[in-house]
Amino acid sequence: MLQAPSRDYSSVLGLALEKAKNALSSKGIVFSVEEGKGFYDIIVEREYLVAGATALKEAGFDHVVSLTVTDYPKEKKFRLVYHLTSYLDYEIAGAIIGLGVEVPRSDRPSVPSLTQVWRSAEFQEREVYEFFGIEFEGHPDLRPLLLTPPVAELRPLRKDFVVREENIYEGVPKSG
Amino acid sequence: MVEDVRIYGGWKDELGLKVVPSKKIGKDLYEVFIGPQHPGSGHMRITVRLDGDIIVEADPDIGYVHRTMEKLGEIRGWIKPIPLFERMAIHDACNITMPYVLAVEKLMGVEPPLRAKYLRSLLCEINRIGAHLYGFAIFGVFLGHSTMYMWAMGDREVFIELAEALTGARLTHSYPLPGGARRDIPADFPDMARRAVNYMRKRLKEYEKIFLNNPVIRSRLEGVGVISKGLAAELGIVGPNARASGIGYDVRIVEPYDAYPELDFEVPVFREGDALARTMVRVEEIKQSLRIIEQAVEWLEKNPREPIVDKYLYGKYPPLHKKIMESEGRAKLLPISAAMKVPKGRAIGRAETGRGETIYYVESDGGVNPYRVRIVTASARNAIAFKYVLPGHKIMDLPAIYGSLDYFPPESDR
Repeated sequence: MLQAPSRDYSSVLGLALEKAKNALSSKGIVFSVEEGKGFYDIIVEREYLVAGATALKEAGFDHVVSLTVTDYPKEKKFRLVYHLTSYLDYEIAGAIIGLGVEVPRSDRPSVPSLTQVWRSAEFQEREVYEFFGIEFEGHPDLRPLLLTPPVAELRPLRKDFVVREENIYEGVPKSG
Repeated sequence: MVEDVRIYGGWKDELGLKVVPSKKIGKDLYEVFIGPQHPGSGHMRITVRLDGDIIVEADPDIGYVHRTMEKLGEIRGWIKPIPLFERMAIHDACNITMPYVLAVEKLMGVEPPLRAKYLRSLLCEINRIGAHLYGFAIFGVFLGHSTMYMWAMGDREVFIELAEALTGARLTHSYPLPGGARRDIPADFPDMARRAVNYMRKRLKEYEKIFLNNPVIRSRLEGVGVISKGLAAELGIVGPNARASGIGYDVRIVEPYDAYPELDFEVPVFREGDALARTMVRVEEIKQSLRIIEQAVEWLEKNPREPIVDKYLYGKYPPLHKKIMESEGRAKLLPISAAMKVPKGRAIGRAETGRGETIYYVESDGGVNPYRVRIVTASARNAIAFKYVLPGHKIMDLPAIYGSLDYFPPESDR
């Protein structure tokens, strides 16, 4: 049985951010930090993604909570963030730190796969592949996960895929 | 392995019906499709490859009940996604929408009053018991123990009725609101809740006799489907499944929300990591949830009633809405909430649902719709376990492992 200790989440999060920053700086990785409500995102350049992931895994961030991708068609980019936390390192357990990269919105966007670093990313990378069409180089088994291949071709979570809603009043005269 | 000619061509059984056989692939390997018309829980398929009756490869094929929650979340305003998202796990409705509400609260900068927090936690725990009992029922079917199915489904009714008395709906309650809750407890609720708690405590002892200590069940669960602590962390397994493998992780403790910091409860952790441990974690969690329900009901009874929405929002209520709140303890939605705008920003909300940690990433561009809602439910994260835990087990162990993981396809497929 685990008795609930009183834990201050913001101090744990601060500690986790320090730990992540130190891990990345010691490997000479350039990054920028963006603050969100309840988490921090560390954005790196594409060439540092795998090295950064390895450094964070060594620092204790042992699994991926969410692979979060947002589409910004105006800025012609995707923002792809691996939200991480730790199970085994009690000091930082539960604190959410994101490791992110900006992917240009080209014909065939691609990023290196981090499945070799975090096994827990495997299914989520497949999900992002089908919903956004972002390819993960080096993924062991890149197939659609939830969708059928013809639906996955539509890249449904991109902003330019608009959900067509049926107009129930279509063809109904306004009066009489 | 004995070569059987029937496996190549199909044959007719005694009734003359054509039987579609399993396909043979490679040398001495059989590919068996389990599902998607699943005998137990719902729609998912596992393609297993067998050497004899040992599973050498398992490929979970999910997505049969995908309902585009993330995309629909982007076009329905800020309030309407609440009744939408609870469709993912209708018997766990308050828990599964809680993280969304928490994320929107973080963006809006509102905080519910303490009474609303207690009400929400109360319903979350009622839901948790309901979800675990539902899991037990399905598990009973998987193991051929139909008494457990009947008992757990029947006892779940007690908690569904409790939720109905609190919210007015049996399953899809749409109870939490950004900055509050929908209804205060009715006058007869505390007695009803105490009776339900006593009833369930009595029933858990009977469950032990007929199910948990049943020698057949024991021999099917003990040492089966072992997930070590390291593997659980590597795969990112969540909830009771992780806690059965020795990982002491519960969102109610790592990032306490609602009334949980005020409540006295324990988080059961087991070290064995097998199917039995996963079952026992759920039994212990039911006991803890009963404790929480007792405490919450006592607090709600003792403390005076107050408006159960955030002070700032309550100030915007027109007189009619205020009257309903004061006389009936019911929060009516404001007309402006249909076109509500939420300040720009990014927030992560998470909660411990019945099956584990569920996380919502909500991004707002200051408009009337969320710009992006990313949902990762507990079952979605547990799906990967099928691929890495099943190999090495006999095909007969598959139902035991599937049932013990408490995997719920609608929640996983979103």
